[in-house]
Amino acid sequence: MTFLTYLISGLALGSVYAIIALGYTMVYGIAKMLNFAHGDIIMVGGYAAFFAFNKFGLSPVVSILASILVCTLLGVIIERLAYKPLRQASSLSVLITAIGVSYFLQNGSQLIFGSDTKIFPAMLMEGSLKLFDGRLMISYLTLFTIFTCVVIMTVLTLFINKTKIGKAMRACAEDKGAAQLMGINVDTTISITFAIGSGLAAVAAILLCSTYPSLSPTLGSMPGIKAFTAAVFGGIGSIPGALLGGLLLGIIENLTKAYISTQLSDAIVFTVLIIVLLIKPTGLLGKKENVKV
Amino acid sequence: MKGIMNTLFGKKNRSRTISFSLVILVYIVIEILMHAIRMPRLFTSLLVPVCCYIIVALALNLVVGFSGELSLGHAGFMAIGAFTAVAVSGLSASAVPNGMLRLFLSVVAGCIVSGLFGLLISVPVLKLSGDYLAIVTLAFGQIIKSLINNMFLGFDKNGLHFSFVTNEVSLENGKMLLSGPMGATDTAKISNFTTGIILILITLFIIYSLINSKYGRTIMAARDNRIAAESIGVDISRTKTLAFVISAALAGMAGALYALNYSTLQPSKFDFNTSILILVYVVFGGLGNINGTIISTTLLYVLPEMLRSLQDYRMLIYAVVLIVVMQLTNSSRIRRFADRITDLFRKKGEE
Repeated sequence: MTFLTYLISGLALGSVYAIIALGYTMVYGIAKMLNFAHGDIIMVGGYAAFFAFNKFGLSPVVSILASILVCTLLGVIIERLAYKPLRQASSLSVLITAIGVSYFLQNGSQLIFGSDTKIFPAMLMEGSLKLFDGRLMISYLTLFTIFTCVVIMTVLTLFINKTKIGKAMRACAEDKGAAQLMGINVDTTISITFAIGSGLAAVAAILLCSTYPSLSPTLGSMPGIKAFTAAVFGGIGSIPGALLGGLLLGIIENLTKAYISTQLSDAIVFTVLIIVLLIKPTGLLGKKENVKV
Repeated sequence: MKGIMNTLFGKKNRSRTISFSLVILVYIVIEILMHAIRMPRLFTSLLVPVCCYIIVALALNLVVGFSGELSLGHAGFMAIGAFTAVAVSGLSASAVPNGMLRLFLSVVAGCIVSGLFGLLISVPVLKLSGDYLAIVTLAFGQIIKSLINNMFLGFDKNGLHFSFVTNEVSLENGKMLLSGPMGATDTAKISNFTTGIILILITLFIIYSLINSKYGRTIMAARDNRIAAESIGVDISRTKTLAFVISAALAGMAGALYALNYSTLQPSKFDFNTSILILVYVVFGGLGNINGTIISTTLLYVLPEMLRSLQDYRMLIYAVVLIVVMQLTNSSRIRRFADRITDLFRKKGEE
């Protein structure tokens, strides 16, 4: 029974990783860049929800929406100001810019919000579901997290496969030049991708902060690295890959914490990653690109 | 005379001559300044760390600039070198009382152990490329940090004691070398600026000898066009391994020098942010540009320290500098302007 508890909480953690990993994987798929600032957008989302709920006394639903709005805008603004002028630049320049943006967000929020840790309010839900005569306890929050992840995945998959914008996004991911020739506005499409990724980061932030209720300016960096790992684990650029990678990473992390060692869980997670990449060099669901000469 | 000038300043060796003379000149100036006037402590305390970061940035430039592979885990190699050096220095403290000799032994040990890990990690290096390789090196850095975070090593008259994850080392009148998340405590500070400069010169010598040799040319050929290089018989896996192992060993050397400059050192010092910091130095200095790396590392390491009076704003300014420089160097208008200026100079030179 304890195993099941760990498995389910791992699944919830994995769901959060998957939602963050989506942001990485979509941006990578379309703009071919590693957006290192993504983790810090999560942090901003957490603070936005905190202030909306605690300081302005808004209702939870409005707070969540406000947080999503702030992150979406922030994502689009960052893309316009920092990444767009570098469309033609080398990928390393873009990487360094992303790192600069990440530092900027971290230190900026440290100045604005202070470096002390704030307690995130329980705005979502409390209590837990009791099964098997109370031997298995699953908090509603855990179930809600997994549910949210499933909903987001379904909606996003439908969006990308069925809508016109989704089609434009797939086209841009494949070949930007050709997409432009077909009358697709590449810049707008990239902006939309950033908006969706950043909005999802806000959702992830609220789920993450509700589970681990402490808020600090460096909140986003570790989940960011983990989710980035999850995206690569599943095959970067692939949306089902992000889901699979996120869930597996969450489960592996939680099970190693429970059964092997808390301190070594990071080492074990990353070792598994290296082994997987050695066996499947493009991640679990990544496509191998054949180079034509 | 003309022959000497040609070997020193000829097209092929100009960069090398500039590098060596730059380093030696800076060393002489700083030494004279230190003897002539009392330099503030803040300044002197920066000297050895700057040397360490220059070495590790040069090492990373070998991988990123010359070999064309992105590594996000060079702090991991630094950590290996650092804590190996701490252990070697601590163990040999009574056997080798001479600080200079012990520093040499520790640095060599750090170099070798780190190089061996470099060999280990170069197995995936050969199989993967691009961002997948970057993530493997990132993972490697995290693994190393978390392993060292859980290591406990001490010694007393009964010999070495080691434990993992939980501290079970009990010593009789002995000394702890590594104590988990606390890292190295009470290390003898035996690094000095002169050694730092000597190690930079050695690093420069190794890198220049490598890139001007047959192996160096194959490394760059493999970077520029892997398929073309392979088709004319370049052994890609061997060249990439070579570059990676040398880079890892040099990073370990830098770590060793760094560790022996402080009495306490925590493993968390060598985290992902440090790897990124080193990468920033390399990209700022220019990929494959050795003199650029030296200058950018010095400037970017000293800048946040100089901005200390601005306190909370210093990292914010640092971030803005990173973003703005990347925008400027990649802006076509600025580039055209720079081209025009270099054209102007070139024309004058030809006249």
